[in-house]
Amino acid sequence: MKRASWFNATSLVFGFSFLYLPILLLVIFSFNESRLVTVWGGFSTKWYSEIWKNEGLMNAAWVTLRVGFLSATIATVLGTMAALALVRHKRFTGRTLFSGMIYAPLVMPEVITGLSLLLLFVAIDFARGFWAVTLAHVTFAMCFVAVVVQSRLATFDQSLEEAAGDLGCPPVKTFFLITLPVIAPAIIAGWMLAFTLSLDDLVIASFTTGPGATTLPMKIYSQVRLGVTPEINAICTILVVLVTSGVLIASYFTRQQAKKKQANN
Amino acid sequence: MRAVGKFFTGRRLLIGLPYIWLLVLFLVPFLIVLKISLSEPMVSIPPYGPKLGFADGFGGLWAQLKQFGLENYAFLVDEPLFYRSYLSSVTIAAVATFLTLLIGYPLSYAMARAPRAWRPTLLMLIILPFWTSFLIRVYAWIGILKKEGLLNQFLLWLGVISEPLTVLNTNSAVYIGIVYSYLPFLVLPLYASLERMDESLLEAAADLGCTPIKAFWKVTFPISMPGIVAGCFLVFIPAVGEFVIPDLLGGSETLMIGRTLWVEFFNNRDWPVASAVAVILLLILVVPIVLFQNAQVRAEERSS
Repeated sequence: MKRASWFNATSLVFGFSFLYLPILLLVIFSFNESRLVTVWGGFSTKWYSEIWKNEGLMNAAWVTLRVGFLSATIATVLGTMAALALVRHKRFTGRTLFSGMIYAPLVMPEVITGLSLLLLFVAIDFARGFWAVTLAHVTFAMCFVAVVVQSRLATFDQSLEEAAGDLGCPPVKTFFLITLPVIAPAIIAGWMLAFTLSLDDLVIASFTTGPGATTLPMKIYSQVRLGVTPEINAICTILVVLVTSGVLIASYFTRQQAKKKQANN
Repeated sequence: MRAVGKFFTGRRLLIGLPYIWLLVLFLVPFLIVLKISLSEPMVSIPPYGPKLGFADGFGGLWAQLKQFGLENYAFLVDEPLFYRSYLSSVTIAAVATFLTLLIGYPLSYAMARAPRAWRPTLLMLIILPFWTSFLIRVYAWIGILKKEGLLNQFLLWLGVISEPLTVLNTNSAVYIGIVYSYLPFLVLPLYASLERMDESLLEAAADLGCTPIKAFWKVTFPISMPGIVAGCFLVFIPAVGEFVIPDLLGGSETLMIGRTLWVEFFNNRDWPVASAVAVILLLILVVPIVLFQNAQVRAEERSS
């Protein structure tokens, strides 16, 4: 047993260092005084103030945030509907196709999704740009939301809904009073997932974007191709900190809720 | 059951809205890709032809249809760049998946055997990088792997090497990038299947005279098989079509089809050939995707 736990401890340390060291180094070098990213020249926050002055970067960040909020919200509504449809209705025409279309985008190479959406927008003469990127993001993000909500719905006790129905509660009201509060954590998690997916996406946005709708990942990508710079490290650090704190806060609340539930039982 | 009649319209909306959305923005685009892959490139906007339309009535449509051909596919077969890209994408993805399993299995195993109180935190630590931007995580490796990067500085300082290694812009960097980016995808299903395992099975095996190593291969490994399969598919399938990793970490020797498609589309502006590349890539991925979906459906049935 002793040997096994030594092995386990080593695997944990090695595995998590591998996962976290690169990000940690990136964060550290964003505070580097020197323009040479890999040579330490003293502590400085000057690259952070450089970002605020960079208008192109700021515009891109604004576009990305708007696309993210809009697409995550629509994707959450559609994805929740899709999850309800899949869990509650075991039989309807074309169910296999439907579930196929939910699972396929999860593993679809982004280049294919991007290319196919672009060709659709060109074929129907839909202007490429902000709205095209938003629609594209909704499409792949809703599938992730559907999967997250679906797993929560699968463990949901349907007799609660039936009881409400027997007491004369109309289905829509039942949904908002009974079902929604139970699956709310999954819906929130789904929204956050959709939002970060949109925030991250480079490939699909590059295909569907148009003039004036450059997103932050596209901006970062075009600068990265020219080389590693401290500004990019700084903006990446900001993004990492934002996303990480968002996830940590959300998970803190879910855990509190779970604890409360346990205390109630 | 009283509500069924009333709920019928609600049900239609519930299924119909996401269904139509996916049909229009997921399925139809594929049919368009298929159509354009059979068209000819043209110097026009959009840069392909013929365009389908009823402008000349049904006769005109038929004449347009007759112009479709398999030239783009023939081109893919003739041009070694393409089949070499496909082949090397699949090879790189397979090797990277295997490497991910080599690192991910001990990690998942150690997580599943860690004290119960630690597990939610460990799980959180696995999920957290997954939320962090993919692009940023790939970018982070450039500073580490490049010639005057941190890895070489460290190894030189240790005295292990006397000349800096060239890692960035080689296939090794691509492997590192894929393993690093997709590790959480493998660990999550694998951890789930290992964590569910009943540890008394191992005690039983020990009582029957199995050594720990033999018990692992006879009991633990087969039980974790569904997790291994799901995890490997989740790494392999997206890795085959990966663009960002080979583009930022790979070099000129790194042929991957996602990048070839990108170049064909954005640099050569040959939309029909790019579409044909996408169709073939999809055909290659159909088998693993269907296998993966069947595994998902089976897991869904088992849990419900």
